[in-house]
Amino acid sequence: MTAHSPAPQRAGFEPGLGSTRPRHTGVRLFLAATWARAYVRIAGSLREPTWIISDAIFPNLGMCAFVLLYRALGAPREYEALAVVGGVLTTYWINVLWGMGAQLYWEKQQGQLQLYFAAPCSLVAVLTGMAVGGLAATMVRSLVGVALGVWVFHVQLAAFSPWALAAVFVLTMVALYALGMTLSSLFLLYGREAWHTANALQEPVYFLSGLYFPIRSLGALGAVAAGILPLTLGTDAIRQVLLGHAARGLLPLPLEALALAGFAVLFLWTARVSLAYLETLSKREGRLTQRWQ
Amino acid sequence: MVSSSEARVPAVETRELRRVFKGSRGSPDVVALDGVDLRIEHGEVFGLLGPNGAGKTTCIKILNTLLYPTSGEARVAGHDVVRDSVEVRRRIALVSGGENSGYGILTVRECLWMFSQFYGVPSAEAGPRVNRLLAAVGLSDLAKTRINRLSTGQRQRMNFARGFVSDPEILFLDEPTLGMDVNAARELREFVTRWVRERAGRTVLLTTHYMAEADQLCDRIAIIDRGRVLACDTPAALRRSVEGGQHVELEVMGAPEGLSDVDGVAVTWGAPHPDRGTHTMKLRLPDGGRLPLLLRTLEERGVAVRGVSTRETSLEDAFIAIVGRGLDDGEAPK
Repeated sequence: MTAHSPAPQRAGFEPGLGSTRPRHTGVRLFLAATWARAYVRIAGSLREPTWIISDAIFPNLGMCAFVLLYRALGAPREYEALAVVGGVLTTYWINVLWGMGAQLYWEKQQGQLQLYFAAPCSLVAVLTGMAVGGLAATMVRSLVGVALGVWVFHVQLAAFSPWALAAVFVLTMVALYALGMTLSSLFLLYGREAWHTANALQEPVYFLSGLYFPIRSLGALGAVAAGILPLTLGTDAIRQVLLGHAARGLLPLPLEALALAGFAVLFLWTARVSLAYLETLSKREGRLTQRWQ
Repeated sequence: MVSSSEARVPAVETRELRRVFKGSRGSPDVVALDGVDLRIEHGEVFGLLGPNGAGKTTCIKILNTLLYPTSGEARVAGHDVVRDSVEVRRRIALVSGGENSGYGILTVRECLWMFSQFYGVPSAEAGPRVNRLLAAVGLSDLAKTRINRLSTGQRQRMNFARGFVSDPEILFLDEPTLGMDVNAARELREFVTRWVRERAGRTVLLTTHYMAEADQLCDRIAIIDRGRVLACDTPAALRRSVEGGQHVELEVMGAPEGLSDVDGVAVTWGAPHPDRGTHTMKLRLPDGGRLPLLLRTLEERGVAVRGVSTRETSLEDAFIAIVGRGLDDGEAPK
């Protein structure tokens, strides 16, 4: 049976007139959505004072332990700087894994994922917002690590170029958070509890990235890890900028910077492709929402 | 400005819309929608009424670009939901009852602002609109309160407001008052009515379990069951479409046991009154004029009538007549 009975007309009804107010589209919509989603993380990180202690101070205790261990063993002083750089970058990896990789899964569990898919902004904009917000919020935590290294442990650094440091840091962050955007759709596609998936990835990446020791110590394994993990290359590149030859770098710095730029482009592309695939698959199989929705 | 050709485009149109979910672990496939044809004009409040599993939410998900149809066609504001999903999303908003939108760390105002940005609402416009919406749903005093400190009812009202923050052309309300207290639900229904009338062309597609809600809000209602539209008309026309007559309820004493009809009119019995010892006798008289005759017959048979009430055919009566069971009932006996 068809349902084409005539619709009653309201008083003053003018058919076909919808919203005529101009809304942002294109790049402006992308930026508005990015800022709105970033705001959640930035406001959230500043709103709960107790989180500053639990999120910024406690995670740096592992780094302190390594510095004290190297000091107790009488290791060369540059090892302490290696551990501090590793400790600082650890905070970003944790954020990428838990704050990016697992986020879409949790959005779905909460029943909120469908609201993102039903909105006109792109999901890439939402994930970029998560990345920007997560990066800004994690900055506080990493600065605590830097402060501990400089003012508490008095780590010794070589004369370095702040521009080179900024460039390598930015490349590392873009590659790392683009990897996080890819992981977010992969976690959702994988379908298992994101909690276990993130846990399974956390410690092996710590190890393969050589966060608390020179990556060259891993030999061939280190070279392979550097080939697949932007965190490994980023850590090594930042150490080379800050410590020079004492960092015992894996590859020449320009080559590592180039590889990081390649990772950034590759992961941004895979993020876009995997999100598009996720959307298509989810719409076909009805996976965007929970059963109760 | 909207051109005259666009003005003739319906707000929502589906043709032979079908969605089949693959059964898992050997269970059979589930046909959620089985050839649904709908045409909803701009400016309408249109209701989809059906029992659990009828296909209402599946239909809404397809129209909101969250699910692909297996076959058939669905258009929103003239745009195909599969091929032009971004154009569709610019014109719609979705509110589902009992959803958890937003993040607990944000305040109510921040949360609504955040969602406005996902729809590209300029910030200068979003702020005043959020304030108006908060006033409309009675949350102005809680604008600066974090979401994780709201009660369930307050959070539901915030979710409801979220649907309006982008000033959509077409609003989908999927069981929007589910679990709300009576007063809040009534206020929100009144708000929807005002919102639709405020500007020409605004359209609402509502799914609900509450007959009274559908009756009060909707210009037209489609009754849907097992993925098929069984009837579609105004609430008044649906009521008229079922066999007319007068529904009579009598509170009686001394009725003979097993009495199943009076003068050929079928009787159904309610539970006995715990204090007065009376029973409720329910009948539908095809002709209202027969009531005095019926009362005389009962008196002659020694039945004492203590009270009489009558009512006209309700939307629920129409629904039961069309579907064969009530909204929350199981299968009708064969």
